Amino acid sequence: MTVRIGVVTFPGSLDDVDARRAVRIAGAEPVALWHASHDLDGVDALILPGGFSYGDYLRAGAIAALAPIMRDVKDAAAKGMPVLGICNGFQMLVEAHLLPGGLIRNAHQQFIRRDQRLRVENTSTAWTSDFADGQEIVIPLKNADGGYVASDDELDRLEGEGLVAFRYTCVNPNGSLRDIAGLTNPAGNVVGLMPHPEHAVEPGFGPSTAAAMRSGVDGLSFFSSAIAAVVGAAA
Amino acid sequence: MPTIVVDVMPKAELLDPQGKAVTGAFARLGVDAFSGVRIGKRFELTVEGEVSDEVLAEASRVAAEVLSNSVIEDVVGIEVVE
Repeated sequence: MTVRIGVVTFPGSLDDVDARRAVRIAGAEPVALWHASHDLDGVDALILPGGFSYGDYLRAGAIAALAPIMRDVKDAAAKGMPVLGICNGFQMLVEAHLLPGGLIRNAHQQFIRRDQRLRVENTSTAWTSDFADGQEIVIPLKNADGGYVASDDELDRLEGEGLVAFRYTCVNPNGSLRDIAGLTNPAGNVVGLMPHPEHAVEPGFGPSTAAAMRSGVDGLSFFSSAIAAVVGAAA
Repeated sequence: MPTIVVDVMPKAELLDPQGKAVTGAFARLGVDAFSGVRIGKRFELTVEGEVSDEVLAEASRVAAEVLSNSVIEDVVGIEVVE
């Protein structure tokens, strides 16, 4: 089967085209979706891409979380469809209450762009099954509002239930509490993270590795995991 | 025309990076009367007509559900001004 993965474009989305390209490189069919419609076009999985939707007015992701298509995204997520929120998409998932907590301005107040090392903490989600437990990966990070916050009780619950999907290693780039870079919902179909897997899918354009400059393709496994999840669910 | 003012502040226990930046600027200016600054948001909701209990309830609802995110912020005031 050809797996179809939708990427929703909002006003101010920046990485929707990169996300569609990553989907194609991973072997699925990318489907462009529009924030103002209620049409998910029969896709098998969804990506909310990075950018600065609605200028990040009010709070990052807050206005996008109220976009017409988000009701359909919520319904699909509740039925188990794999949904990945990247950067601004993660902020939307949090604002839409599909994932807990909040994201605030980086502790050092600067926009930051770096190739970031992460540890994959949960490999039983729809977007991480192709990783090994505890695998360390490097993908680009670029944001202003990436500081993950939640109450101590909520953080304890997230860690206790294994809902921390990714943690920053080597350096915490934005003051995120407990080094949290990304989360999953309990069902494992909804995953959000601040760093950008879609920018590390093709040799020549990814982060540099010990092997060669710009050769990092650690982001590919996000998309191959989702394809496997869809194929597995259909089998 | 009546206006409902909604004030939202970052939660006291969370770092407020913007406030911290302003506090740092005070120090560089030699202003030492203030040990801290926290930056919040003021929303002015314009009402056509009278501010009824229903309108105030609607203001409370949007303050909680849209204008603030209860994980990171608190609504600290909802006030009617003429």
